Amino acid sequence: MPVVQVEGVRKSFGAVEVLKGIDLTVERGEVIAIIGRSGSGKSTLLRCINGLEGIQAGSIEVSGHKLDASGRGLRELRKDVGIVFQSYNLFPHLRVGENIMLAPRVVLGVGKAEARQRAEEALAEVGLAERFEAWPDNLSGGQQQRVAIARSLAMKPKVMLFDEVTSALDPELTGEVLATMERLAEHGMTMLLVTHEMAFARRVATQTIFMHQGKVWEVGPSERLFGAPQTPELRQFLGTGLK
Amino acid sequence: MIRTFSESEFLFIVASARWTLLLTLLSLLLGGLLGFIVALARTSQLAPLRMLAAGWIGMIQGIPVLMLLFLSYYGLSMGGVDMPPIVAASVSMAIYASAYLGEIWRGSIQSVAWQQWEASAALAMSRAQQYRYVILPQAVRIAVAPTVGFIVQLVKNTSIVSIIGVVELARAGNLVNNATFAPFKVFGTVAATYFIICWPISLLARRLEGRLNARRSG
Ligand SMILES: Nc1ncnc2c1ncn2[C@@H]1O[C@H](COP(=O)(O)OP(=O)(O)OP(=O)(O)O)[C@@H](O)[C@H]1O
Ligand SMILES: [Mg+2]
Repeated sequence: MPVVQVEGVRKSFGAVEVLKGIDLTVERGEVIAIIGRSGSGKSTLLRCINGLEGIQAGSIEVSGHKLDASGRGLRELRKDVGIVFQSYNLFPHLRVGENIMLAPRVVLGVGKAEARQRAEEALAEVGLAERFEAWPDNLSGGQQQRVAIARSLAMKPKVMLFDEVTSALDPELTGEVLATMERLAEHGMTMLLVTHEMAFARRVATQTIFMHQGKVWEVGPSERLFGAPQTPELRQFLGTGLK
Repeated sequence: MIRTFSESEFLFIVASARWTLLLTLLSLLLGGLLGFIVALARTSQLAPLRMLAAGWIGMIQGIPVLMLLFLSYYGLSMGGVDMPPIVAASVSMAIYASAYLGEIWRGSIQSVAWQQWEASAALAMSRAQQYRYVILPQAVRIAVAPTVGFIVQLVKNTSIVSIIGVVELARAGNLVNNATFAPFKVFGTVAATYFIICWPISLLARRLEGRLNARRSG
């Protein structure tokens, strides 16, 4: 059974249709990159998958939790879906460790000792084991983003969504976050990531999806998609879209 | 016969500050509780609740405190409810405080970055958990300064209840002055007593704010 199954999803903001019938399947352990022009609906798609945006038609199923236009089952689904944004959005009033322990404790009802262990493991996974007691404000952008990743990991999600998580970072900090994501992929995490880092997508993603005008325009193994784009739109995007 | 401003007059004024304090405390507790509910309603996802709270704030802020006072004192006693003036005074000051505190706290809640709502929602928190663990702790820091500013105003505004016969600080000063004709001594004492009440409040607030700010980068 696929971890994520998206079928015929349509999403409009007012009169503007942003997603025009999206079909997408993510199998366990797969890493799928989503690329495309600004405004093609990449972020909207990720936000729909964990129910931050409602959908008008179609269905989304994540590890057995079905989400439809009614919006029921939202919280159950979110327990299994981690999402990391371009802005890290750490909780500034809590230390790093508390940031990570909060949701396991209050949402999953995990005991204090186990929450702490989860937090330590997650921090180790992102290479920040020694920053447990730090305040978010005292960390660099790259470190904050890695804490945000750890905060999601501590929920033990079935799939992680990443929306341009390196776009707000200086080039020298981008590398450490990409390395963290690559390690997650190696450890078998199922991932769906929107990115402008084409080289990273090509190397790490098993599949790449090219979105265009609210549709999945082209999809395939990353090597083929980047190496031999089939549609003129993707050829043009790769020709001009590379940084 | 004119009395002199002696120790007993002085003590009478200072002792009457207990009514000022009691009134402030009662209206703060009641008004704070109501104001908190108003602030939550005002930031609710339910439009009718938001409108109700906005209506409450708009209405109370549009009515002079004096009218609230007359309404609760004369209005209720005409309705057959026999109320001691201090109760009517507390009720009207609490209603007044609820609107202003509700508005201050609404602003504080709304000035927490919207991404904090999104990040906590994405972690599967319920609305109540978002408030409890993420939004309110941050809103409190923002709320301290304007809340204390309002409390100090409240202490001073309690003088208005002398009109329905509560002998609080201001009224006590008036009475003593009528008997002694020593306005400088009398109102000097009154002013100093108000100051002694308000000063520690501001001081405490500054300490608290400093502590809250230090806590996240310490
Ligand atoms: N909350 C919203 N209200 C109205 N329109 C929106 C909203 N969010 C997104 N849109 C519109 O939906 C379209 C798709 O936006 P989306 O953010 O999904 O694009 P994107 O592919 O992530 O672009 P980018 O690469 O710039 O992040 C855009 O035209 C955008 O203006
Ligand atoms: Mg986007």
